[in-house]
Amino acid sequence: MIKSKSTRFGDIVIALVSFIVMFICLVPLLNVLARSLSSAEYLIRNEVVLWPKGWNVDAYTTVLKDPKYVHSLWYTGLLTVGCTLLSLAMTIMCAYPLTYKELKGGKVINVVILFTMYFSAGMIPHYLWLRNLGMLDTLWVLVIPSCLSVYNMIIMRSFFFGVPESLREAAEIDGAGPIRTLIMIYLPLSKAVLATLALFYAVGRWNGFSDALLYLKKREDLYPIQLLLYNILQNTTNVEVATQEGFSTPGLGETLKMATVMFATVPILLIYPWLQRYFVTGVTLGAVKG
Amino acid sequence: MSKNTIVSQGRVGTQSANFKSYMRRYGTLYLLLILPVIFFLVFRYIPMAWILGAFKENNIFKAPWELAWAKNNGFEWFVKAFNDRTFINALRNTITLNLLDLVCGFPAPILLALMLNELTFKRFKKITQTVLYMPHFLSWIIISGLALRLLASNDGLINILYKRIVGNADASIPFMSNNNWWVGTYVVLGIWKEAGWGTIIYLAALTSISPELYEAAAVDGAGRFKRIWHVTLPGLRPTIITLLIMNLGRILGSEFDRPLALSNKLVTDVSQVISIYVYQNGLKANKFALTTAVGLFQSVVGVLFLIAANQLAKRFGERGIM
Repeated sequence: MIKSKSTRFGDIVIALVSFIVMFICLVPLLNVLARSLSSAEYLIRNEVVLWPKGWNVDAYTTVLKDPKYVHSLWYTGLLTVGCTLLSLAMTIMCAYPLTYKELKGGKVINVVILFTMYFSAGMIPHYLWLRNLGMLDTLWVLVIPSCLSVYNMIIMRSFFFGVPESLREAAEIDGAGPIRTLIMIYLPLSKAVLATLALFYAVGRWNGFSDALLYLKKREDLYPIQLLLYNILQNTTNVEVATQEGFSTPGLGETLKMATVMFATVPILLIYPWLQRYFVTGVTLGAVKG
Repeated sequence: MSKNTIVSQGRVGTQSANFKSYMRRYGTLYLLLILPVIFFLVFRYIPMAWILGAFKENNIFKAPWELAWAKNNGFEWFVKAFNDRTFINALRNTITLNLLDLVCGFPAPILLALMLNELTFKRFKKITQTVLYMPHFLSWIIISGLALRLLASNDGLINILYKRIVGNADASIPFMSNNNWWVGTYVVLGIWKEAGWGTIIYLAALTSISPELYEAAAVDGAGRFKRIWHVTLPGLRPTIITLLIMNLGRILGSEFDRPLALSNKLVTDVSQVISIYVYQNGLKANKFALTTAVGLFQSVVGVLFLIAANQLAKRFGERGIM
């Protein structure tokens, strides 16, 4: 198709606007990255914008030498992997049976589950119940209360609904029970949505800190990276961190904060672009509620 | 033939035989459901018992059913909350911030989706999308870290530019420390984080618009804006209305991470929302009964709003969410 001059002009304008929007998305990260890699003299003169000046990785090496921070990174990484696997298993166990029309009581269970999306007991009742269970200040409080998300379950279920019924019937004629059908037919077809949900759960756990803030008071060793970061940014870090060399050096303080921010950001930024194709489908499935 | 007889035998068989064959076939499904159902009962429903505490005396050690009823026929804490200026303030802040989010933030993903839809070069479009989705994956803690740096009053990038533009080294915009500027920052950061992500649902809706409509519009000599106005936007209408109404239904909901991460001591007058009020008065100051009452108020009104929004969506002929 031959394009008119005005259309081509329009294309150029839209491409330009896209560049500006992308720039706005990236500027905060690039600026912080550049500053965290620059030496103090250039920072003081406000000469660092998007490109580091006076290459300097002291902040990063200092962070990597801080055992507390390294521990938190490892620990949050392992926690994230563990929680993601558990959550995926729970989501499949919840979503799969609900796709069976033959399941008696399925509708009731469905309502019971969906209700929790709209009405929640609230912060204090949850806190008091977890206190009663003795789960406060344990690792489990970061794992179990958040191990199943109704929204993600709906995405999984919508996807399962899309699997042709004929496949299931064929498996049943071959004598496969529901679990065998799940493992042989449904799961192999669901790699895309499983990847999406793994991403959603993993991002949720890696980025989450409110449960740790509410439920972990005495156990700083269980703080996930985001809560540690929150404390660093709020300048309420405990004495150990503050007296750690580097953290107490005033000039380095700012770049150190930025280096810690980068460490907590990079893992996710490395992963999500590879799953883009999948999570787009996932979000669309999630919009088909009920 | 033989299959038929088995089925008819099952039908005439006793109920227990029916039950047995049903369980033999589908029993494992219930096994799968055990853990999820226990999860919802234990971690979503049992805590609701503690809601009773909203109507009982405040006691940080005893369970609500062991306590005497609160004054005012049990409504003491609700009355107290509505006579508490900080709570009224938190309620007002919640509604203000949510409304501003809605008014300023709602059109953003629509505009971005229209922009992405007009990008003809596939690869470029995909890269743009990847970049636009990025902020969604950052936590509010990270974003507050980025914002504090970028908006710092003496050496943040934005204020450095501002100083150069106005030619005054002492001039600066108090993004995080002035009440009004803070509200603006809060809203803009919300748009920055979620506008790109919000395009996904609109782009999905766009794929269902028939290409023939665009061809017909082109034949009729419609330019780009006419095409957007007469084909693309009408195609997005159902999604826009549903999302708009549902967002209205969430007007009393309050996020926790976002206000907590972005707030600071200087702006609590405008930054304290209900969730933060509950956290500070409940968990930090042990006013469990009062804050349980506040939480209950928020949950109940939230559900009522959502039901109303859902009805409204259906009246507009759109699918609701319930």
